[in-house]
Amino acid sequence: MPLDNAPESKRKFNVVGTRPLRPDGIDKVTGRARFGADASAPGQLVGRILRSPHAHAIIKKIDTSKAEKLAGVKAVITRDDFPDHTGGSGGLYDTLCNVMAREKAFYEGHAVAAVAATSASIARAALKLIKVDYEVLPHVTDVDEAMKPNAPLLHKDMFTDGVDPKPKKPSNVARRFEFGHGDVEEGFKKADIIVERSFKTEAAHQGYIEPHAALASMGPDGSAELWCCTQGHYMVRDVCSQLLGIDIARLRVTQSEIGGGFGGKTTVFIEPVALALARKANRPVKVVMTREEVFKASGPTASTSIDIKIGVTKDGMITAADGTFRYQGGPFQGCSPAEFGGMSAFAQFHLDNVRAVAYDVVANRPKTISYRAPGAPMANFAVESVIEELAHKLGMAPIDFRIKNAAREGTKSSYGPTYGPIGLGATLEAAKNHPHFKAPLGPNQGRGMAAGFWFNFGGQSCVTLNIPIDGSITVSVGSPDIGGSRASMCMMVAEELGIGYDQVRAIIADTSSLGYNDVTDGSRTTFATGMACILAARDAMKKLCARAAATWGIPEDAVTWEKGYAKPAGANAGNFAPLSLKEIAAASPGTGGPIAGHHEYSADGAGVSFATHICDVEIDPETGRSQIVRYTVIQDAGKAVHPSYVEGQFQGGAVQGIGWALNEEYIYGKDGRLQNAGFLDYRIPVCSDLPMIDTQILEIPNPGHPYGVRGVGETSIVPPLAAIANAVADATGVRFTQIPLSPPRVLKGIEEAKKAGGKKAA
Amino acid sequence: MSGITVNTKINGDPVEFICEADETLLDVLRNRLGLTGAKEGCSTGDCGACSVTVDGRLTCSCLVLGAEAEGHNIGTIEGMAHGESLHPLQSKFLEHAALQCGICTPGILVAAKSLLEKNPDPTETEIRFGLAGNLCRCTGYDKIVRAVQDAAKEMRSGKSAKSKATAKKRA
Ligand code: FES
Ligand code: FES
Repeated sequence: MPLDNAPESKRKFNVVGTRPLRPDGIDKVTGRARFGADASAPGQLVGRILRSPHAHAIIKKIDTSKAEKLAGVKAVITRDDFPDHTGGSGGLYDTLCNVMAREKAFYEGHAVAAVAATSASIARAALKLIKVDYEVLPHVTDVDEAMKPNAPLLHKDMFTDGVDPKPKKPSNVARRFEFGHGDVEEGFKKADIIVERSFKTEAAHQGYIEPHAALASMGPDGSAELWCCTQGHYMVRDVCSQLLGIDIARLRVTQSEIGGGFGGKTTVFIEPVALALARKANRPVKVVMTREEVFKASGPTASTSIDIKIGVTKDGMITAADGTFRYQGGPFQGCSPAEFGGMSAFAQFHLDNVRAVAYDVVANRPKTISYRAPGAPMANFAVESVIEELAHKLGMAPIDFRIKNAAREGTKSSYGPTYGPIGLGATLEAAKNHPHFKAPLGPNQGRGMAAGFWFNFGGQSCVTLNIPIDGSITVSVGSPDIGGSRASMCMMVAEELGIGYDQVRAIIADTSSLGYNDVTDGSRTTFATGMACILAARDAMKKLCARAAATWGIPEDAVTWEKGYAKPAGANAGNFAPLSLKEIAAASPGTGGPIAGHHEYSADGAGVSFATHICDVEIDPETGRSQIVRYTVIQDAGKAVHPSYVEGQFQGGAVQGIGWALNEEYIYGKDGRLQNAGFLDYRIPVCSDLPMIDTQILEIPNPGHPYGVRGVGETSIVPPLAAIANAVADATGVRFTQIPLSPPRVLKGIEEAKKAGGKKAA
Repeated sequence: MSGITVNTKINGDPVEFICEADETLLDVLRNRLGLTGAKEGCSTGDCGACSVTVDGRLTCSCLVLGAEAEGHNIGTIEGMAHGESLHPLQSKFLEHAALQCGICTPGILVAAKSLLEKNPDPTETEIRFGLAGNLCRCTGYDKIVRAVQDAAKEMRSGKSAKSKATAKKRA
């Protein structure tokens, strides 16, 4: 990695670590900020999509003739308008099948046709005139059902990958993964206590408040423009142009402000459809999903079924950990986060013998896509529930049991790599010392905790930094800002150049203005794009020094940069008064023209992230309703660039986890249709459900970043499921192995336990 | 299609528009009047992103027909700042980092302003219930509640008497 300094943990920061106002703030509090659905183009049409009412059906025929004749309809498209440019297999082909169904509709809500019309009401009327002939097939939505030998098959040609020998019979199991080391059978032989349990989690939706929106225009020559809300406009560009068979450089994608993504906007759904409609109509087309479409036809997360077995010695050392993880990812292979689930499940422990077997399973549900730390929360729920139970069986405080078995620097992780400096132990110790941990509990209250892990990613970034003649700075980045990253980018540039935060502004460049940038995901942006900003600033700094050197008539290496000034490097370099950034910029037209810094790379060295959460719940014994009464998040941020937004990530992730643990779930009827496709019935946490969410930021520097930064966005959703389940177990004496812990489920568990006359698992 | 002519006041200014019978007030604001500050998160009254005031009363504009606005005073996020100076709620939301993506922010600000007009000194619980109709998926609400508390405090103090009066006048 092109880094010339290790993290200077004692380094004094001037800008990093402060809490300035974000550059896009005023637009966002005045309603001026333009989100996906807020743009329009002259002559634009309204695009709408017809969706399958069936969970699984062969599409025999689509008759669009009546719709085409309706006055005001300018284009109708179906699978026939998406010839296959992908080679007929692989992830890109699956994306093609998902954006517009081909032979089969694989889930309720699967797109089968689309229209563009002069008004929304005409578009709606046109959809009703399209006649689709379906042959309805048996369907399956549950992960365990889908794995049974006699389950309805989604794909005749799906033979489980990763098993030797390759199966001769097709199934709904796309792939098997295995991770771990040591010998778990031998490990269990050494155990004094073994706990073995099975768990289930339901699918949750990212629940971003902004539905997907796209405004497309495309001429007959194949030149196209697209405005959309996405976590990765370069990804959108590349995927759409490949699906439509046009040159990548012909499609310019501009990223709107994005109203939440959490992983859910890391793929395409309506964007290729909007482009295809615009191409056919030869007019701009705007497509905006309804909330119902968001639930049924975007990408929620996987539902899972998990078995965990962990053995310990009497003195509390884990001897073996074994898990089987089944993740349902919708109709296409490779979409469920089974692999991440298996890899992350035991990552917080120092283990001699560990095995995680994960299965990627297809079913008749929407094609899943990432949701914040994809795959990890479910696995963590199962593992940390068993850990808590083991601690009770051992008669050991759960926190001490966790500390005793915690992964540390030098631990060979359950998924392979050996850890460098990590913050798990520090978060556990901080939890133990936190006032929350010692606070008394009221009646019907219980306390739980869990520790969680996320990998964090680096990836491709490209940044350009321009210095106009007044010495102010524009940083152009290609990573969509999904929660304040423009502020962090400006802060890092200001820090590096030794200038004020107010002198720097960041924009998100469109795909034609800057090189490729990976999707904003994997908690990569502040780490990887931030580091690219630092390196672009250093590039600019070199050029600024060169201008000063030329002005003074001394060699370039005789000039250094210090606190916003070019200075002679030492007494031998000559006696010149320092030149400020402003002065060098003002002189630039005469000293060689514009000054810009640039950096492009693929970042490595994203440090892993750990968090420990503590949660108090109060259970209403009459209704089974859980109320979170206190919640604390303790997480290692490496270095918090803008602490307010770091806290915000901790709080937001924790609350999403609270929703998943207590209320949120995809509910399917026997007909394979989603029964709760709206915010009334798919209930995300509201303000009155929650207490304040306390946060504690720890800073164990990441050696892979010049300031020590680690990604912080995802880990916070990992521990809540288990922390809450553990708190509910503490309050009720009942261990629940299925989430969400909705009031009826909890009430039933309490009543069954009463009948059984004691503790049990529900 | 026969259009309906509607006369209304928006943020104090007289506005005349023509809409179809099935268009919501939110559709009209966004698609006909270019006031895209109110957002459509659900169109079923469940998310509050479309919050406006109708004659001072907090309302989901997705649940009101455009035609029903006839003769009423509509307040939107676009009318919240007074000239160059932000409403104290707007400033406090920035100061407290009470927004991440910002899609819920216009609706929450409109709702919070409406809450503080009725109850200038709300408890945390009152704020939480007052904003329970506005979903935010990013923040976990912690910083939103703090920003509202802080804005309320500032508005109650002497120096903000003016900005509050301004806010009232404009509503
Ligand atoms: S859009 Fe009106 S409440 Fe959601
Ligand atoms: S800040 Fe994103 S929904 Fe509230």
